[in-house]
Amino acid sequence: MSLKHVNAVVVGAGAGGGIVAKELAAAGLSVVLLERGKWLTPFDCRKDDLHNQRTTVLGAAFGPEEHRNPRVVVDQNGREQIVTPSDGKYNNNAACVGGGTLSYGAMAWRFMEKDFRMRSTYGSVEGSTLEDWPISYNELEPYYEKAEWEVGVSGDDSANIFRAPRKRALPMPPLPPNREYQILKPAAQRLGFHPFDIPMLRNSVPYNGRSGCMRCRWCVGFACEVNAKNGTQNTVIPTALDTGNCELRTECIAREILTDSQGNVRGVAYFDSAPRLQEQTADLVVISGSANESARLLLNSKSRLFPNGLGNRYDWVGRNLQGHAYTGAVGLFDFETYDDLGPGACLAICDFNHGNRGLISGGMLANEFIRLPYHFVNWRAPGIPSWGLAHKQYMRQYYRRSVGIIGPVQELPVFESRVQVDPTVKDYWGIPVARLSGHRHSNDRIAAQFLSSKAEAWLKEAGAMQTWTFLPASGLSGGQHQAGTCRMGNDPKTSVVDRYCRVHDFDNLFVIDGSVHVTNGGFNPVLTIMAIAYYASENLAKWWKSVRGAS
Amino acid sequence: MDPAYKLSRRGFLQASIAMAAAAGAGVGCEAGATPWRFFSVDEARTLAAICDQIIPPDGDPGAAWAGVVNYIDRQLSGPLASLRNSYRLGLAAVDHNSRTLHSNPFPDATPIQQIELLRRMERGQAPSEPWKQITSIEFFTLVLDHTMQGFYGDPRHGGNREGISWKILGIPYPPIRGRFRPEFKS
Repeated sequence: MSLKHVNAVVVGAGAGGGIVAKELAAAGLSVVLLERGKWLTPFDCRKDDLHNQRTTVLGAAFGPEEHRNPRVVVDQNGREQIVTPSDGKYNNNAACVGGGTLSYGAMAWRFMEKDFRMRSTYGSVEGSTLEDWPISYNELEPYYEKAEWEVGVSGDDSANIFRAPRKRALPMPPLPPNREYQILKPAAQRLGFHPFDIPMLRNSVPYNGRSGCMRCRWCVGFACEVNAKNGTQNTVIPTALDTGNCELRTECIAREILTDSQGNVRGVAYFDSAPRLQEQTADLVVISGSANESARLLLNSKSRLFPNGLGNRYDWVGRNLQGHAYTGAVGLFDFETYDDLGPGACLAICDFNHGNRGLISGGMLANEFIRLPYHFVNWRAPGIPSWGLAHKQYMRQYYRRSVGIIGPVQELPVFESRVQVDPTVKDYWGIPVARLSGHRHSNDRIAAQFLSSKAEAWLKEAGAMQTWTFLPASGLSGGQHQAGTCRMGNDPKTSVVDRYCRVHDFDNLFVIDGSVHVTNGGFNPVLTIMAIAYYASENLAKWWKSVRGAS
Repeated sequence: MDPAYKLSRRGFLQASIAMAAAAGAGVGCEAGATPWRFFSVDEARTLAAICDQIIPPDGDPGAAWAGVVNYIDRQLSGPLASLRNSYRLGLAAVDHNSRTLHSNPFPDATPIQQIELLRRMERGQAPSEPWKQITSIEFFTLVLDHTMQGFYGDPRHGGNREGISWKILGIPYPPIRGRFRPEFKS
């Protein structure tokens, strides 16, 4: 029995896909929203510090399923390995309704104007495909605002003199400060920095019918037990379903995008939970699977007309995989810094995102989320052994007397950092798996050295009696902040989608998620993904209505 | 009080059963049978001795008391099942090394001998004969990781008995919503 034709299929119910489904459904289109993961609630994996999105030693709590979804990773020596989702090398993002937004730390950053003009700002860089976006901050500004109000952001960035201009303030005030905030803020000001309250996709007060944050220590990596953390699963997706125009199908794995003999997209073939292969035809298809899986789906959609997959005429699908090169410093204090008041991260500076003399790039710096005990095990000061009595004493003495300041260095994209599909390894459903390879650009470490030295200076000024820095590794990036694999651009020879996220050469195929980011900012990318989703959906709906002649 | 693995083999078995019974686990055991899902009595005894050097008892309990062996044993029948063979080989190799160097299985060596052997394993410098199918570095890394998880992680996974590590670190337990902040209602 064939499925009823719909106007739109959206593949992936995460940060991008959830918003697209709601915008299209609200505009009157019939929408099928496919999600390969489950609809998880906070009560499926309560406060389990060994089984969550950040710590996967006992499994990737928010998907995908451990034994059905392998990937192949190739290290810098060319050695291949098959990995499962709980392995750090897998490059995972969550696979569930809401995607990463169910369990993230929820930092809600607008990129800066220069983040959309990295090539114009820094020039061309050898070994990097550094480029400007085809759209500017100004074009996205109204959609950042829409995300902040509709999904819900709290905070206060008015003291951030480096921020891009905003027309409207945030809808919710910041959470009251914790002890780390009170220690770090005056120190930052004494150093001439401009500290401010981090914008967060988290209710600080009741908003949208849900309560404010209860300040627990299990935030980043966990689903929120009072539903105060805002994701697409508790905002736009329920709204989409309430329109009556959107059907959410979970545990459905997209196999390929279907095209007709003229080369137009006609729908999606997917495995339902039985598993049974289904064909959902539609007027248009939106791919929102996140950078690894969206590229994989395009590459696996091969046919006579598209032997290398869709949108891939010039071998740019899957290229430029980026994440963030995390760096920072840790400080030990001889007084208590811990007050068990979550989420922990609350104060940031943007003094070093750009304008670092003699340096390309930079990034935001912020105090880190609360470290659960097992995390702190490896926050060892230099000279502290990794086991034995000395380690135990260290844990006991410093667990409540340590502060971390860390930040996401904006990476320079590398063409060789890429997602392909493996020629032999297949997943449980027989679909060729993602094959990941590549490395970071050498500039990332240089920028990290600079940024971490600022973090260290900040901790010293705050009274730390011992500090040390840590730097990113040189291997492949991506992970929770994965981006870049279906680059947005005006030239089809060096990009995959156009300024409206439409795949070049197609009328009715779109990629709307972090894959389209040309560069990834010196910030957590989710609010930008959401803004682009609102922006692209608006244009998509307009186009669809004009083509259909609908009123 | 001496750690349980310092007792004779039979003593260790009885102590393990007593500990399990106190924790509410139903354990039946005949002479020679093991109370563990995966480990033999000897393997558990050796592992307890290793863990107790990784996180030793001082004024506060160490890894063995906290039930790290139970954590590892349980996870080897769950998400860590692919490591069963590594533990079988690794624990046998540790005892093999200890007999070579100290004429005693690992639990019966002196603390200084135990620490020295673990250090050598960590650096890949332990006597090489039993470390052919798994390297000492690989095995030591596994046990170190799992010991930290079983001591500092959530008690629901079989370790961190009575939340002892969280008490040691000075964080409030059990986690009750709004416990000291009744103004935060859901």
